[in-house]
Amino acid sequence: MKEIRLMKGNEAIAEAAIRCGVDGYFGYPITPQSEVMETLMALQPWKTTGMVVLQAESETASINMLYGGAACGKKVMTSSSSPGISLMQEGMTYLAGAELPCVVANVVRGGPGLGTIQPAQSDYFQSVKGGGHGDYHLIVLAPASVQEMADFVELAFDLAFKYRNPALILSDGMIGQMMEKVEMKPYKPRWTNDEIEQMHPWATTGKPENRKYNIVTSLELDSARFEVFNEKLQRKYQQIRDNEVRYETFECDDAEYLLVAYGSSARICQKSIQLLREQGIKAGLLRPITLFPFPTKEINALASRVKGILSVEMSAGQLVEDVRLAVNGKVKVEHYGRCGGMIHSPEEVVEAVKQKIIGG
Amino acid sequence: MSVDIKDIIKPENLVYKKSSVLTDNVMHYCPGCSHGVAAKLIAEVIEELGIQREVIAIAPVGCSVLLYNYLQVDWQEAAHGRAPALGTAVKRLRPDRYVVTYQGDGDLAAIGTAETIHACNRGENILMIFINNGIYGMTGGQMAPTTLEGMKASTCPFGRDLEHDGNPLKITELIAQLPGTCYVTRQSVHTAAAVRKTKKAIIKGFQNQKAEKGTSFIEIVSTCSSGWKLTPAQSNKWMEEHMFPFYPLGDIKDR
Repeated sequence: MKEIRLMKGNEAIAEAAIRCGVDGYFGYPITPQSEVMETLMALQPWKTTGMVVLQAESETASINMLYGGAACGKKVMTSSSSPGISLMQEGMTYLAGAELPCVVANVVRGGPGLGTIQPAQSDYFQSVKGGGHGDYHLIVLAPASVQEMADFVELAFDLAFKYRNPALILSDGMIGQMMEKVEMKPYKPRWTNDEIEQMHPWATTGKPENRKYNIVTSLELDSARFEVFNEKLQRKYQQIRDNEVRYETFECDDAEYLLVAYGSSARICQKSIQLLREQGIKAGLLRPITLFPFPTKEINALASRVKGILSVEMSAGQLVEDVRLAVNGKVKVEHYGRCGGMIHSPEEVVEAVKQKIIGG
Repeated sequence: MSVDIKDIIKPENLVYKKSSVLTDNVMHYCPGCSHGVAAKLIAEVIEELGIQREVIAIAPVGCSVLLYNYLQVDWQEAAHGRAPALGTAVKRLRPDRYVVTYQGDGDLAAIGTAETIHACNRGENILMIFINNGIYGMTGGQMAPTTLEGMKASTCPFGRDLEHDGNPLKITELIAQLPGTCYVTRQSVHTAAAVRKTKKAIIKGFQNQKAEKGTSFIEIVSTCSSGWKLTPAQSNKWMEEHMFPFYPLGDIKDR
């Protein structure tokens, strides 16, 4: 029988983590995502699945705890919100540089600075373009529902381990705080230490006699060798681009105007499309589910069939840059979005389509 | 009759051998540096306790980082100052393993102060080894949190001025105050006797971990001949005359 529960997005992350066999969660409180750790501490999974949950002294510490756990081949995760995620960027680049799998959830709030505690999508650049130093990418998943908050925890771990790369769940304060029904997945056992040693021979599990000792590091003082390593990383990112693009289209078959939006904005845009179609304007939506890799080809193909594209995002305009790169000048691409923690209404998006795309 | 090297290295004449935990790599440490001795001691203790399979070691940033080239145990290299955070997660996820962190003064007592204090305060069941030579060696001799008053470094070329640069930090005394620590000691490796004491301390650190007593913290007051711009012999003398009065050797806490 299906297990259906009503819960917040933040609670869904916590429940899903326990159920998909996560070994450790390390975090630090910050609004609007504190329910993730609160839920875990209330559920006390260390008494059932053996999952470790620890409140760290800072986001800097928690991301580095992920490094330690991931280097042991364990499934480890953290969650935070924008200012805390900024503090984690050092750890993220080290994790990427050491090719360590882990999952980080960002329940975004408006920035810059301490900003606001209201939802925003203004961490797009930080998430998909790097954030920390060096040539690296995170695998970035953008849930648009509480169900996806739950489902993407396991998906993020699958991708993180498949490519030995950190994965980021990029949601926002709206999806984190809102309640929806969620179909819960059954419990999966955690990997045993023996399984980890078999599956992840690179992990620091203690050196057995029959293998050389493992070093998990991002340091290479020989530049020629480090260039080779960087080229290998880039090949990995290309593989991710080739194999892992995920997206969803809505009413695109006969669309003359295209909206591109992810996460909360995509939910709002679905209503906008309904309103536009009631007024005889054929609009459709492409929702990137993965932001890295980005559905570049798919957007480019749609650009050949539509008259104009509006990129809708709760920011001053970040996603729009990747949409423009994908469209490569074929049609007009404009940005619309409220920012600073404000949320656009479906009607405001309808107006923006008329003003910036049809009338502009 | 002269004795040549071939006679000296005959098996029957050997009184000492290199630990099997050490690699054959040539150490990059400068002549007179304490790191090499500290590394050797950790290797010997791991071999003697028979725990090579069970050790996960964590290297920091600084001269200490390349320790992973010399000890054949599984290593994680941490970001600057973050080794105790890594160690926390490793031990909690693998309580069946011995965890040892190895950090210099800039790493442990400046940039990583928060991680150090909180790991010790939680009483993480790990061994932390702290190399205090009062200077940043790897980056070329800058002022460290433990640089003594009046001591010259490239970022305090006229000597540490307490009014301008602040005070040297006795982090080991501070850590001894924390209820999570079970064993806090300050040792050195500049004489044969000191080496023996430090080795005993390291053994105790691993044994405490087995007994699940909490954090063991061993400071090794060390020389940095290159950073101090002294010969190895002068460095040892300078350490005795200047470092030891401010950083006195001995156990601070043992429970």
